Amino acid sequence: MTKFSDLTRLPDARGHFGPYGGRFVSETLSFALEELEKTYLSLRDDPDFQAEFDRDLAYYVGRPSPLYHAERWSAQLGGAQIWLKREDLNHTGAHKVNNTIGQALLAKKSGKPRVIAETGAGQHGVATATVAARLGLKCEVYMGAEDVERQKLNVYRMHLLGAKVIPVESGSRTLKDAMNEALRDWVTNVDDTFYVIGTVAGPHPYPMLVRDFSAVIGREAREQSLKQIGRLPDALVACVGGGSNAMGLFYPFVEDEKVKMYGVEAGGDGIETGRHAAPLTSNAPQGVLHGNRTYLMSDEGGQIIDTHSISAGLDYPGVGPEHALWKDVGRVEYVAANDDKVLEAFRELTRLEGIMPALESAHALAHAKVLAPTMRPDQHIIVNLSGRGDKDILTVAKIDGVEF
Amino acid sequence: MNRIDQRFAALKEQGRTALIPYITAGDPSPEHTVGFMHALVEAGADIIELGVPFSDPMADGPVIQKACERALKHGTRLSHLFEMVREFREADQETPVVLMGYLNPIERLGYRVFAEQAAAAGVDGVLTVDMPPEEADEFGPLLKEQGLASIFLVAPTTSESRAATICAHGEGYLYYVSLKGVTGAATLDVEAVDRQLAPLRRLTELPLCVGFGIRDGASAAAVGRIADGVVVGSALVSRIAEGVDDPVSIAPALKAVLGEMRRALDA
Repeated sequence: MTKFSDLTRLPDARGHFGPYGGRFVSETLSFALEELEKTYLSLRDDPDFQAEFDRDLAYYVGRPSPLYHAERWSAQLGGAQIWLKREDLNHTGAHKVNNTIGQALLAKKSGKPRVIAETGAGQHGVATATVAARLGLKCEVYMGAEDVERQKLNVYRMHLLGAKVIPVESGSRTLKDAMNEALRDWVTNVDDTFYVIGTVAGPHPYPMLVRDFSAVIGREAREQSLKQIGRLPDALVACVGGGSNAMGLFYPFVEDEKVKMYGVEAGGDGIETGRHAAPLTSNAPQGVLHGNRTYLMSDEGGQIIDTHSISAGLDYPGVGPEHALWKDVGRVEYVAANDDKVLEAFRELTRLEGIMPALESAHALAHAKVLAPTMRPDQHIIVNLSGRGDKDILTVAKIDGVEF
Repeated sequence: MNRIDQRFAALKEQGRTALIPYITAGDPSPEHTVGFMHALVEAGADIIELGVPFSDPMADGPVIQKACERALKHGTRLSHLFEMVREFREADQETPVVLMGYLNPIERLGYRVFAEQAAAAGVDGVLTVDMPPEEADEFGPLLKEQGLASIFLVAPTTSESRAATICAHGEGYLYYVSLKGVTGAATLDVEAVDRQLAPLRRLTELPLCVGFGIRDGASAAAVGRIADGVVVGSALVSRIAEGVDDPVSIAPALKAVLGEMRRALDA
């Protein structure tokens, strides 16, 4: 028994991770969530379901994803060895597909002909549109109007995949507003629609099932580390918006006390400016949004604060409830990387390793850049390279003053 | 006895259906709200549901979303709502007031502080859209301590076992959501609602009030025949939206809409 062994037994029967999580939804959705929970719990330990999931991950997604030793970058940083978990090499280019494969199987078992999703950077939308195309499901994706603008390539990808992208004009026109609109759709069409949530947030059972589907990342990384490094790594680093890729990498290591974990939030212009998307690092108050209690950026009146990040995928005022608990118990250290440092890491990895990371993943790289020089060359850090950067080329070009 | 219970007891004696208007506090700006509340009572309101504006009203359609935005532009928050209710109570000791909204503003203020301040201001009940009874372990008893009714929603998708839990926790009245959807959505199917109210009657003595999809005298009267109360929100809030540039026109417009419903219910 380790100090953190209790953490693998959560959530409790009502979906709580300590004081966080839960099922804070309007009554119309309660029944659908109860049904989903029943379906998932009955399938979770079903060998046939697991085999189908594993098969799809192997032959459709292309798993396992490699664990790559970034030797040149490590040498330049002059400290610990950096290893990249290459989720960018998955089909559709990010870790999001692990979860959508799993949820699509649940949708199929539930017999629902239509799926909906919210998306920020568009990666989850693309991953949902992809599995929907493969299973012949009708797919509609809600995306904040501001994100539609800054992620045009993914919008067109979804269109090509046969999904309908619905721009959301309300509120701050970003990820949280897309989630509001998806919930409104679900409440209206709950009989025939499966809501594919893209992160470890939302009402129970979503944080649990998205974690379980994403945990393949950490299971592989653990095995690969033992094989390639010969032991467990000293540290794990992953970016945190809602927190699905970090949860996926961290969860299988949670009882390995000696493995340090760093969750990197979007520092935007800097925590001190208030223009960021880092509820954990900034110690935001507890709050309830989108069905769960968590650290949540809200003003004194309880209104949700507009967030800011260079990366659409991290531009969210809350965070998955299990991360909130892990902060409180000290299992994970949550830090922030500011936009300028993120861009620097983006450029550095691209030039030194020939790997162009998503701006979301570049947050994790930016912290690895801080961490590595404080460690010895015989120590090892695994960074989750959660997605590839093709979708961000226009954003970076704009910053460089280049117009196409 | 709480004002809500008193009101329903009186209505039952008179054989009348409760008419429950909803408006968002602070819409189009805070100084109008108390005047609107009095106007609604003059037009026949039995209970007033006062909406707490929230930045992310997930269960609401565009009409109430925009109302929240207008109210928040003026910084309307819970402390202002308490002031509004206090001012309303100076002239009206009778009409029950229910605060309706989302949990986060309450969570931020603190459950106990909220309950104490709401009761002191003269609030009678609280309906928190995103807080089902399963999550109300802490909040429910604090409201009760202050004599505030916890009002819960029941939906067409609510299972019988959940309905039993909700009825066991509910006070004041049950708010039956007439359709799957957000506020201000399509018209309702009165026969379907009637079928779904029947099993609830077996579970509870609480008055059953129906909301979502009631927009005029005819729909109010149709629902009034099967329910103990009708709740009307978006139909009123859209009048407020139409009068944003001419706020003095709003109170008469609200009275016209609600008055028509009152007459239809009492006919």
